[in-house]
Order: sequence, then C-alpha cells, then structure tokens
Amino acid sequence: MAQEQVEEYLETIYDITLQDTSAKTTAIAKCMKVSPASVTEALQNLADKGLVTYEPYRGACLTGEGKKIAETIKRRHRLLEVFLADVLHINRAKVHDEACRMEHTISEDTENALCRMLNAPAHCPHGSPIAPCAKGVGSCSECDAITGSAISLPEELRAATIVPITDLGPDDKGKIAFIRGDCRVVQRLSDLGLTLGTTVSVTRRAPLNGPVEVFVRRTKLAIDHAIAENIFVDASRAALS
Amino acid sequence: MSGCGECKACPPKDKTKIKDAEYTIALAGNANVGKSATFNQLTGVDQIIGNWPGKTVERAEGLLQYKGHRIRVIDLPGIYSFSTYSMEELVSRDYIALEHPDAVVNVIDASALERNLFFTIQLMELAPPIMVAVNQIDLAEKKGITVDVEKLAELLGVPVIPTVAIKGKGIPALTDAILDLAQRRPKPPVLRYGKEIEERIEKLVPPLEQLNISYPVRFIAIKLIERDPAMVAIVKEQAPGIVETAERLAAEIEAIHGESVCVVMSAERYQVADRIAAEVITVRARQDGLPKKSLTDRLDQVALHPLLGYLAVFLVIGGLLVWTFVIGARISDVIQSFLSQIEPYEPVITGPVAGILWNGAFSGFIAGVTLVIPFVLPFYLILAIIEDSGYLTRISVMLDRGMHKIGLHGKAVIPLILGYGCNVPACFSCRIMESPKQKLLAAFLVTLIPCTARTVVILGLVGKFVSIWWALALYAFDIVLIIILGRIAFKVVPGESVGLIMEMPDYHVPSASVVVKQTWARTKSLIWFVFPAYIVGSAAIQAFYAVGLLNPVNNILAPVTVFWLGLPVVVGITLIFGIVRKELTILTLAVLFGSTSFAAFLSPVQLIVIALVSMLYIPCISVILVLASEFGWKQALAISVTEIVLAIGVGGIAFRLLSLVI
Repeated sequence: MAQEQVEEYLETIYDITLQDTSAKTTAIAKCMKVSPASVTEALQNLADKGLVTYEPYRGACLTGEGKKIAETIKRRHRLLEVFLADVLHINRAKVHDEACRMEHTISEDTENALCRMLNAPAHCPHGSPIAPCAKGVGSCSECDAITGSAISLPEELRAATIVPITDLGPDDKGKIAFIRGDCRVVQRLSDLGLTLGTTVSVTRRAPLNGPVEVFVRRTKLAIDHAIAENIFVDASRAALS
Repeated sequence: MSGCGECKACPPKDKTKIKDAEYTIALAGNANVGKSATFNQLTGVDQIIGNWPGKTVERAEGLLQYKGHRIRVIDLPGIYSFSTYSMEELVSRDYIALEHPDAVVNVIDASALERNLFFTIQLMELAPPIMVAVNQIDLAEKKGITVDVEKLAELLGVPVIPTVAIKGKGIPALTDAILDLAQRRPKPPVLRYGKEIEERIEKLVPPLEQLNISYPVRFIAIKLIERDPAMVAIVKEQAPGIVETAERLAAEIEAIHGESVCVVMSAERYQVADRIAAEVITVRARQDGLPKKSLTDRLDQVALHPLLGYLAVFLVIGGLLVWTFVIGARISDVIQSFLSQIEPYEPVITGPVAGILWNGAFSGFIAGVTLVIPFVLPFYLILAIIEDSGYLTRISVMLDRGMHKIGLHGKAVIPLILGYGCNVPACFSCRIMESPKQKLLAAFLVTLIPCTARTVVILGLVGKFVSIWWALALYAFDIVLIIILGRIAFKVVPGESVGLIMEMPDYHVPSASVVVKQTWARTKSLIWFVFPAYIVGSAAIQAFYAVGLLNPVNNILAPVTVFWLGLPVVVGITLIFGIVRKELTILTLAVLFGSTSFAAFLSPVQLIVIALVSMLYIPCISVILVLASEFGWKQALAISVTEIVLAIGVGGIAFRLLSLVI
C-alpha cells in the first residue's frame, strides 16, 4: 500500500470517527468512492501496520499512532488550503481538491514554515479548525525564537477572513467569496442575486438549524441551512470598506 | 402590423383561448412583484385559467378591451431567470421566442430593482417588443427609494411606466403604452456584457445566422455558451460544429474567471443591472440616522420567533381548520335542508333503473355542493388571504426543518395545508416543489391528509358518538403516520431532494382580486374533477345497489371487514362506495341502518376503526385521476395499493388495541 493511500484511509477514518464510534467498511467505501471489498483489504493492511484496530463487521478505529498521522495530514491539508486561497488566490471552490493532493508530499519543515508565514491560522477557508502544532512550544513567538526567523506576509494578503455565511452575527456583513455545492443550486443562488463580491448580511436564523434569512440586493431570501453553510463570505473590514 | 386574431395560418383555436383578439401581449416578471394585480387591473373579470398545453404549468389569460381594441393578455409564470431549466422558465421563454407576442410587459418591483432588472435583461435577450412597468412605487417611496423612471427608460432603451397596480394607479398610462408598443412592435436595443463575453458571442452569431432556428440569434449564442441543454440539443441537430465551438468558448470563459460559465453570465447580467440601478435609484437617508424597524421586521420578530413562531403557526392553521368546520357545518346544514326540499337525496335502492340512476347522480351533485360551498370554498378563501399577506412563507420557514425529515422542504406546507380542504387542488399544487421526487413525495403525503369529506366522516362517527377527543386523536395519529410514511418514502423513492431557496416578501394587505383569483384557481379543479366523479360515481353505485351486488360484495370482503377489522359485515360495501366520495361511507351507513344514531349499531371501537380506515384506505376516484394525470397511472396505482394495505393493517391493529382500552 502506498503511503499516500495509507494517509487517505487514515484521514477518512478520522473524519468518520469524529461523528461515529467506529468507521464501518461501507461508510469508508462511500466516502472514498471505492468498493467495500478493497476497503476490507486495506483495513487488514492498516491493522497489520498497527495504525488501526479492525474487527470485521464492526468497523475500524484509529490507534494512537494512526490518529497522530491523520491529525498531521489534516493540519497540513488545512494549512495548504489557507495558503492556496489567501496567498495564491486560487479559486476557493478548488482549494480542497488541490490540497488533497499536496498534503501527502510536503515535509514537516514546510508545514511549520507555512504555519509561521500564515501566522498560525485557526481555521481553514471552509471554517474547520486547524489544530495547533505538535512542537511543544508555548506560543508562536517562542516558535519564531527557536527557529530564529519570523516569516510573515504583508497584512493585506492575510486580511481575508472567509467564513460560511451561517457564522455571521446578526449585524455582520460579508462579501460573497465563493459558493460551493451542486451547480444548479449555485446557479439559482446567483440568479437571485448572490453573485461573487455581493455584500450580504444574515438578518435572521430560524431555530433548530432551520433556514437562514439572508438580505441581498434589497431583498430577503430564506435559504436552507445546509445550502447556506456552503456560501462563504469575506467578513473582513478591508473587504467591506 | 397584424395581431394573432387576423392571421389565418394557425389551426382553429383552442376552446380555452380568447377569440378574435387583435393583439396578444404577455406579462412577465418575478414572483411577488404585483404581476397578478397588474393582470387583474388590465383584464378585469374576463379570465381563463388553465394549463399550458401538455405542461403542468398554470396559464392565465384574459381580455383587455381598450379604445376599441381587443387585446389578449397572457400572464406568464412568476420566475427569476431563464437559466435553471424549470418547467415555468421553459414555458415562458418558448412562449416569448416562438409565439411572438405583440408586446411583453415586464412588471418589476421598484423596491428590489437590481434583482428585477436582472430578469429584464434576460427578457431583452429574447428581443421581443418590450416595456417595463415599475410597480409598487408607493412602497419603495415608503422605504426611502425613489426611481427615476425617465432615466430608466433611457438606459434600457424601452418604454417605462410607473404603477401601483393594487390601487389602479398608472394603469391607463400603462394601457396606452401597451397599445402603442403592440402597434409599433419595435425591437429593443441590445445590452452589452463584458468584452470577453461579447467577443465570444460575436464569434457564434455569423454561423448561427445560416441556420433556421426560430429563436433570436444572439439569444441562441448566449444560451449555447451557457450550455443550455435545450438549446444545445436544438442546434446540435442542424450544426454540431457550432455546439463544439460554443463549448470551447465556454471553457475559455471559465478559464478566465475560474467559475462555471453560468455563474459568470449571471454575474455579468447583475453587473449591468447594478449599473443601471445605481443610476436611477436615489435612496433617502433617514433623518434620525437610525434605521427604523419596518412593519415586516416587527411582525417577523413574532412570526419567526423560536417559540412564539411555532405557536403562531399552530394557532393560524388550527384556527383555520376549526373555523372552517364550525362555520362550514352550519352552512352545509342550511344548503342541505334547502336542496332536500327540491328532491330527496338519500340513496334510493329500489324502483325503476332510470330513477335510481337519476337519484344517484343528483345525490352526487348535492354532495359536491354541500362540501365545496360550505367547507372548501371558505377554507381556500382564507388560505389565499394568508398566502397573499406573505405569512405563508413564514410558515414554510418555521416548518422547513421538520419537512426535511420527510425529504421535503418548507414550501411543501402549501400542498399539505391545502389537503385539509380537498386533496385534488392540493395534489395539483405539488407542482411548486422543485424536483420530481419531491413532487411525488408531497402528493403521496397529501393523499393521507383528511380532506373535508373525510372530516365529515371522522366528526360524524367519532366526534359525535365517541368523543371529540378521540376525533382529535385520529388527526394527531394521522400526522404521526404522515411523518413515519414520509420518512420511509423519502428513503425508498429514488431521486434527489433540493433544499429551500425562497424569497421572503414583505407583508402587505391582501388584494381582494388576487385572493379571489387564487381561490378560484384552486376551487376550479374541484369542479372539473370532483363534480363529474361524484355524479358519475354516485349513479354507478346506485346501479350497483340495484342489481343486487350488495350481499355478494359484503361476503367477499367479510374476511377483512369482519374477522380482521371487527366490523359488521354491511360495512364492506360502504368502503367500496367511499372510493367515489369519502363521505359516502357515513351516508351509506345511515341508509343501511335506517338511522343516523350510529351508536345504537356500532360500538365505540367500531366507530373509531371505520373512521380510521376511511381516513387512510385509498385516495378517492377524483384524486386517483389527478395523480394519474400528474404522475402517471403506475404511480397512482402504487399509492392507492399502498394505502389500502396500510389502512387494513393499521385498522386491524387499532381494533385489537382499542378493544383493550375502551
């Protein structure tokens, strides 16, 4: 099994076990778009390496070591996403796939350098948290002191704070940065005025993750919560001024 | 210039169309902009509401008589764009492009100019003789928005008339402008997009001009670049090479912008719309500096409140139902006693065949009248008022989460609530759902909603002779059952479910003409479907009676009715009759027992079981017909069979469980 494949499996199991006690073969197969048979084979393989505990029909769980690898890859993935989106200005809808391929090849040094350059971002462009590094330093300045160099970007490059529209507070505004999701849904939203760069605000939220009421171009739209979560806005002051 | 009325080329006109009109014009625009109010102002009472040929999209047309001219007015569906390929959008754009109306009037909302102009721009791509009616200028003024109408006309290059349709303001000027436009039929100017887009449109225009396609060339070029499936298919037949070129150009645009080409085009159109809007709108800053909370905001604080909001939904829907049935029962009694003086309408089972048939047909007619006038009509009237006020969209938002569990979304509350009146218009209204799967799911669940006829049975058997609480328990149980079955159907039925994306219009005082029209549109389907089914079905049942099939049928059904459901053997035939009209179950029981004191013949458990089975066991004939016409016979039969099995299963279990309790 190639290292990249091992890491992909560990990542998938990691994601699934965030919500479930164990990762079932069928769930893994669905996520990775492979046949359940090849998942079973891979899990045996990972179990032999001591990265997962696997019981047929019960599913797999990460071992301590497996979890460590998965968390590292996740961290690299999300750091890369921030880098691709904020520094290289790659289309935000594409950074996930791009980062997926890059995450397996960068070294720990690159990972740490990225972290320092981006000023230890707390969230990826899609809002998922980025775990702190495992270097055992007390703070980022301590880290700079140890490595002896502070890499930093000009402020305007990192000014963007991209969040899903569902994270906006009652009076916050944001400029639409990108919308993910089914092509027809994106089309419908842009027809109703949610085009890139448009200023929007959330006027109300229905209880229990119900629809979100969005104010755009002088009209109010009620948007399904799951769809709204995929509308990302730049809520930084620089974007709105 | 000649209108449709003078042309002899077309085949003889459809019966539903207005004849001898000199000109034909179409009203187009977003939903909630006052298009219906404008339509009503222009056409008055002469309206025909039907379907677009072969499509499940409603079509309204009316006649405008002005200065000796007869003008046919077509009300196109309220839509936001021509790009998501919904049936409404296809119908509208094909109508404008292929039927060549003499004028298109684009009704736009002065308060939301950008989004409305976005659609105007798309209409102008179709290059019909077009004008704009800027509606609700009074509401915009209240919000501090002033629209410079002359400037707008200048920038768009088409006539623009300000109106307040609901009050009839600006309608004479609008009518003058329509007539002038229809007589002149000028081509509208072309609105240009960004350079990188225009260059590519230019490349497609010359080769497209060689082809013979009825749509305007620039429109085809734009749609090909947008990869519009319908347009691609049409052009591919004549010149596959052009489609390939367009595909290459689309890919180039995507490379430049890094977005899908459809999204790029929407953004381009919005850029034009934003630019025009910015030039014609003046927004008055508030004098006190602080933005004042509008009436809509204040009402929404209650209507969308996490607790009060649900309470409001419960009170409004519950109140609507209770009011309808309390008032309805009174009116129904009056009508019944009045009509029974003319002719006896109790089912007759002896005598000459013709008499029996006549009696059946007449009692079917009475049944229709005594259901529609007292119950369904008031119910739909008030529902239309709630709908036009804007509150129904708030109910949709509040219940959206719950609807998700059954694979639907908030908009499905409209068919489901309509179902309590009559399932027929409720099934038709399932068209508002976006995906075919959601349409079918909604229709299936609608058929489980107790309509007025079933309510008559439930209240007449259980409410009267057991207790009102048991009757209400049946309603509650029905809702639970709908949730469970909805959940199962959501998993079983293939297809995709689309989430809610819905405009939230401001609240406003409902317009009488819009409310009446909406009520009529819904009640009308009862007249086409329910009345004939009632009349023919009731006559057939009488004949059934007369030839002596009563006992054989009862005996065949006995294993189910007597042994499984624990009911008297005579109930078998009433369930067969109930397929025609649900309330026939109770009427036939009364005839068979020779009395309406059902408690003397049936135990409380039996009364509840009969009501429960009648509530669930099969959609009535009218509904089966509608299901077949909207979804096909296979689906209609599948729903019917499922519900028969369900009702028998649930009824038998209820009989056994209730026997322990009561």
